Amino acid sequence: MLGKGFAVSAVVALLVSTAPAFAASSGGELKPFSLSTDGPFGRFDAAQVQRGYKVYREVCSACHSMNLLSFRNLGQPDGPFFDAKYKNPNDNAFVKAIAKDYNINDIDTETGDVVQRPGTPADRFPNPYPNEYAARAGNGGALPPDLSVITKAREGGPAYIYSLLTGYHDVPRGLEVPAGKYYNPYMPGDLSSFWSGDKDKVPAGGFIAMAPPLVADKVSFDDGTKSTLEQQASDVVAFLDWAAEPKAGERKRTGFAVLIYLALFAGLLYASYRRVWKGVKH
Amino acid sequence: MSGHSTYEPKTGFTRWLDSRLPIIRLGYDSFVDYPTPKNLNYWYTFGGILSLCLMTQIITGIILAMHYVPHVDHAFNSVEHIMRDVNHGWLIRYVHANGASMFLFAVYMHMFRGLYYGSYKAPREVLWILGCVIYLLMMATAFMGYVLPWGQMSFHGAVVITNLLGAFPVVGESITTWLWGGFAVDNPTLNRFFSLHFLMPFMIAGVVILHVWALHVTGQNNPSGIDPKSKEDTVPFTPYATVKDGFAMVLFLILFSVFVFFQPNALGHADNYIPANPLVTPAHIVPEWYFLPFYAILRAVPDKLGGALLMFGAIGVLFVLPWLDTSKVKSLRYRPTARVFFFLFVLTCLILGWCGGELPDKMVFQVGATAAGDPIGLNFVWLSRIASAYYFAYFLIVMPVLGLVETPDAVPDSITASILDHSAEKKGLAHAG
Repeated sequence: MLGKGFAVSAVVALLVSTAPAFAASSGGELKPFSLSTDGPFGRFDAAQVQRGYKVYREVCSACHSMNLLSFRNLGQPDGPFFDAKYKNPNDNAFVKAIAKDYNINDIDTETGDVVQRPGTPADRFPNPYPNEYAARAGNGGALPPDLSVITKAREGGPAYIYSLLTGYHDVPRGLEVPAGKYYNPYMPGDLSSFWSGDKDKVPAGGFIAMAPPLVADKVSFDDGTKSTLEQQASDVVAFLDWAAEPKAGERKRTGFAVLIYLALFAGLLYASYRRVWKGVKH
Repeated sequence: MSGHSTYEPKTGFTRWLDSRLPIIRLGYDSFVDYPTPKNLNYWYTFGGILSLCLMTQIITGIILAMHYVPHVDHAFNSVEHIMRDVNHGWLIRYVHANGASMFLFAVYMHMFRGLYYGSYKAPREVLWILGCVIYLLMMATAFMGYVLPWGQMSFHGAVVITNLLGAFPVVGESITTWLWGGFAVDNPTLNRFFSLHFLMPFMIAGVVILHVWALHVTGQNNPSGIDPKSKEDTVPFTPYATVKDGFAMVLFLILFSVFVFFQPNALGHADNYIPANPLVTPAHIVPEWYFLPFYAILRAVPDKLGGALLMFGAIGVLFVLPWLDTSKVKSLRYRPTARVFFFLFVLTCLILGWCGGELPDKMVFQVGATAAGDPIGLNFVWLSRIASAYYFAYFLIVMPVLGLVETPDAVPDSITASILDHSAEKKGLAHAG
C-alpha cells in the first residue's frame, strides 16, 4: 500500500509544508534581483565584490559596523582581493595596504596609554562609533545595524537589501513623515496611523531613519563601470552577501564532490541490494 | 537476543573473550544472524537512518562544543567564528543545524510507519512507549539547541516556550524561575541549556539501546502485521537488511547534502541571524518547522493553560495509544476504512504544520466581508481548531470505535502468503491502470 511513489510524495509534501515558516514580511513586493553567485552553479565575481567593497567603505562604513569581518578576509580564497601568490592572506600586499589606511585604537604596552597605530590584515573592520549610545546619538536615536550577516538576517536576503537601497520613493500624498525619518516602500512597518487618505489604501512599507544613502556617481569605480544607483546598490549587495558567508564558495564546491560521491555510492549499494536479494521473494 | 544463539567463535582470542564477555556474540546475534521479516519495505529503513542521525548529531555536536561559548555576550559571535575561522566549521555547523531537521523528519516518517502498520500493538507496547520517550527527549534537545546561537528567534522562542510552564497554577512561577536560573531568560538560562543540550543526546542513546533491546525481544513488525511463523518468513539481518538499510541511508544523505551544501538556511529563520535583543520582539515568532503542528494546537486554545495542556496532551496521547486501538488486525493494509482515517490524520498533521507557521488571524479563504469591513471566511486559528479536534478524535474516538465496528479484509496466514497476495494485487492494479 505505502509504495515508493507515496514515500517520495510524502517527503515532498512535508518539505513543502514547511514553507510557511519563512513567509515574507509585511514590506512591499521585492524587486527582481540576482547575483552571479546564485544557485549551485553560481560563480564568484571578484570585480563586482571589489566595487561593492568600495561602496561600503566610502558610504556605508560611515555609520555601519561590520564587526565580524577582518581585513585578512578580503584576501582569503573567494575573497575580493584574493591573490594566489599569497597563501596566507595576512601577507597579501593589497590587503595590507587597505588595512594600513585605517588607524586602530590600541594600548601601548609600555605605558598603558591608549594609542593609535596603523591597521594590519589581522585587525577587524573598525567600528565607526565608540559605542551604541554614540551611534544612536549620531543617527537621531536609531542604531545602524551591523552589516556582517545582513543579507542572511533579513527576509528576502540580497533582493530585500537591493530593493531597500534603490526603493526610496516620493512620499505619497496623505502620508505624514516624522522628522528625521524617510519613507521606503520596502521597509517593514505599519503606516496606518500616519495616513490620512483612504483607510483601505494605506501605502506599503514603513519609515527608515537612514537617508537615501546612494545616488548616481556618488562612488567612482576604478574599473570604469558606470556608477548608476542600481550599479552601486547591486555591487554593495554582492559585497555584503559575500561578507555574510565568506566560505559559501567552498561550501558549494564541496557539495558537488559530496553529491557525486553519494550518487556513485548509491548506485553501488543498489546493485549490491539487487544481487543480495536476487531470488528472494519479498 | 531472541532465540538460540548460533555464534561460534573461530579464533583462540574470540573463544577466550566469549567465555568472559560475550560482546561479539551480542553483536552477531543482534546485527548479523538476527532474523528479519523478508517483506520489510523502505518505510522500515528509517530506524537505521535514525541511528545514523543520532551519531551524526553527537559527533558534530562534540566538535561544535569545542568552539562554542555559552555566554550571552559571546554565543552569537562564537557561532560566527565557527562559520568563518574554524577549519570546515561551516560544514560541521550546517550539518548539525540541518541534521536536527533531518533527524526530526526521519522520526516522523518512522512514527507514521509505526502507526500505519500497527507496530505499537501487543506485544510491542513497551517498544512503542520507549520510542515516545525518545521523541520527547529529541524535542527537548532540539528546542534547547535552537536557543544556543542566541539569535532573536532563539531568545524569544525560549521566552515563549518557558513561559508556557508558568501557566500552571501554584507551581508555575517557581518552575519557570528554577528553569531560568533567575527571573528572566538570561545568561544562566543559556548556560544550563547548553549543559542539558549536551547531556540529553546521551540519554537518547541510552533509551535507543532499550528501544533496540525491546525490538529484538519481540522481533520486528512487518507490513503484513503477521508475526513470522517459519524460517521461510525471515532472512538474516546481514546481508539482507544491512544492504537495504545502507542503500536507503545513502539516499537520505543525498537529501541531507542538498540542504547542507545548497540550501543551508532554508529551514531556518532570518531573524536568528540577528543577535538576541530582549528589548526588540520579532514581528512573528515561529518555532522550527518540526514544532509547528504543536504550536498550532497551542494557539488553537484561547486560554494559555488550556493551550499548554492540549499541546502536551497531543504528545501524551501517543503513550497510551496501544490501549486505545481496539482492532485485532495490526496492519492497515487489511483495514480499508481505517486507512482512510489514517491518511486524513496525516493530512491533519500537515495542515496543523501549515497553521503553525501562519498568523492566527490571517484568512485561509475569504467569502465576503461584514458591513464593518471585517472579513468573513475561515482564518488560521479556526482551521487549527478543526484540525486539532480531528487530531485528538483520531486517537480517542476513531481508534477505539473503529476496531469494534469495522470489517477488516481477510488476513493471510503467513508473511510468505501475504507476499504472494500483495504482488498479485500490485500486478492486478497495474493491469487495471
